[in-house]
Amino acid sequence: MQPDPKSPNGPLLKIEALSTHYGRIQALHRVDLEISEGELVALVGGNGAGKTTLLRTISGIQPSSHGSIHFAGDDLTRLAADRRVEIGISQVPEGRQVFGPMSVEDNLQLGGFTRPRGQVAEDLEVMFDMFPILRQKKAQPAGTLSGGQQQMLAIGRALMAKPKLLLLDEPSMGLAPTLVEEIFATIQSLKEQGTTIFLVEQNANAALSIADRGYVLETGRIVLSDSGLALLEDDKVKEAYLGL
Amino acid sequence: MLAEFLQFLFSGVTVGAAYALVALGFSIIYNASYVINFAQGEFVMLGGMATVALISAGLPMPIAVFLAVMITVGIGLLLEKLTIEPARDSSVVTMIIITIGASIFLRGLAQVVLDKEFHALPPFTGDEPIIILGASLLPQSIWVLVGMVVLVTIMVFFFGHTKLGKAMLASAHNPLAAQLVGINTKQILMLSFGLSAMLGAMGGVLIAPISATYYEVGIMLGLKGFCASILGGLGNFSGAILGGLIVGIAEAMGAGYISSEYKDAIAFVIILLVLFFMPSGLLGRPGTDRV
Ligand SMILES: Nc1ncnc2c1ncn2[C@@H]1O[C@H](COP(=O)(O)OP(=O)(O)O)[C@@H](O)[C@H]1O
Ligand SMILES: [Mg+2]
Repeated sequence: MQPDPKSPNGPLLKIEALSTHYGRIQALHRVDLEISEGELVALVGGNGAGKTTLLRTISGIQPSSHGSIHFAGDDLTRLAADRRVEIGISQVPEGRQVFGPMSVEDNLQLGGFTRPRGQVAEDLEVMFDMFPILRQKKAQPAGTLSGGQQQMLAIGRALMAKPKLLLLDEPSMGLAPTLVEEIFATIQSLKEQGTTIFLVEQNANAALSIADRGYVLETGRIVLSDSGLALLEDDKVKEAYLGL
Repeated sequence: MLAEFLQFLFSGVTVGAAYALVALGFSIIYNASYVINFAQGEFVMLGGMATVALISAGLPMPIAVFLAVMITVGIGLLLEKLTIEPARDSSVVTMIIITIGASIFLRGLAQVVLDKEFHALPPFTGDEPIIILGASLLPQSIWVLVGMVVLVTIMVFFFGHTKLGKAMLASAHNPLAAQLVGINTKQILMLSFGLSAMLGAMGGVLIAPISATYYEVGIMLGLKGFCASILGGLGNFSGAILGGLIVGIAEAMGAGYISSEYKDAIAFVIILLVLFFMPSGLLGRPGTDRV
């Protein structure tokens, strides 16, 4: 699906000239970025480029210092983090961040915190069907799961909010290659079901291969943006991120 | 012999139940934020003192108790809103120091708005002691114990089986992830102070007919409740109960068999031993598992 900039509804997410500071350190420099409904957009960049900061700013965990974020046409600038989940932005944070001492089932139910009670029970079954291993371990503390299982739980927890836009922060980090494949297959099937996804990765090859479009972030600035395939073929990207 | 032992046991269990309620209050705020609220004892004091003041203003006891608990909850919420929330981004240690400041302020407030006298509330259902094997048990002691059991049961249900209770636990384990699932962590923190204030005030009302209440009663109750929660394992509800009862009983036995002069020292000896030999308490999970 190609983005249509002239679509009457405009992009689902529209970020303009966004800057974010940590104290006096500027982590994002006037970032412009758009995601249309149904798209899978990848953001690649090295360690410390500002990828996590961008996601934290979109989710409202970190305040922006300049610029704007519009979601489905509404200005998010003054909206608190919890309200952003309610209107449809859900994040799978870096490092999974599951509620370790709480059960797998509790973790998933908390994912549906902003949803009506009856629907949470239904959605829980959907998640268990999507990730059968989570059904098997539903009574176990989330902290006892393996890294890959925790990643599935973190994705399931984010999906329980029924997001219009799913933000994923390095879901393949620290996982064995077979699990990485499994996670990317999951992401691809979510896209096929129509979920709009913003995927942040250091694993540029895997991310750009499944993405409709991609952006490259370097020291807080967007330096390139193109279709996923075009970026995979780009000499600069090859050299800097694909190790070719 | 046996009568004497039973007598010490009854009085130990009674004050122990009060310590347990204070410890429970510590655990709730700790569970929601990892903050140790040293104004917890002042909630107990406010519950007792406000009830006394409202009764002497002519209100019937049940209404006075209800209002006193509500007033204390209101003060707990204000305390969070005005002192803890503005410091939300500072370290936990800073917030703990803020609660110590708040406790001094609340004592001052009680002294000025209420008074500096000792007061005893009338017992809920008479003061005719029940004689068991030669030892006498006050009906109010039964109220204190039953009150504790009921309140603990409600808390266990709240944190184990309700959406809001689980959201409070989640906010403590991982505030970032809690915000990312749409939990308003600011509100949760406020709620935890309201809930702790409610438990504290109820404890204060239950115990006031047995041990008199006055503006400084919260200092010792707070410290001993703190010992109890450390002994049981901070943040663990069953631990709070167990810790409270052990501290209360040890204190009563010490006072009875050794000397009442050492009564207050016993709790602190216990806390030192716990900190040396099992810092995570009897039922606490070892190590810091803030994921
Ligand atoms: N909490 C923080 N305080 C100060 N600086 C931070 C903080 N988090 C990140 N940074 C800095 O912001 C920059 C971007 O970090 P981050 O967004 O985590 O990058 P990435 O996710 O791309 O690895 C880095 O230089 C990092 O050191
Ligand atoms: Mg990162």
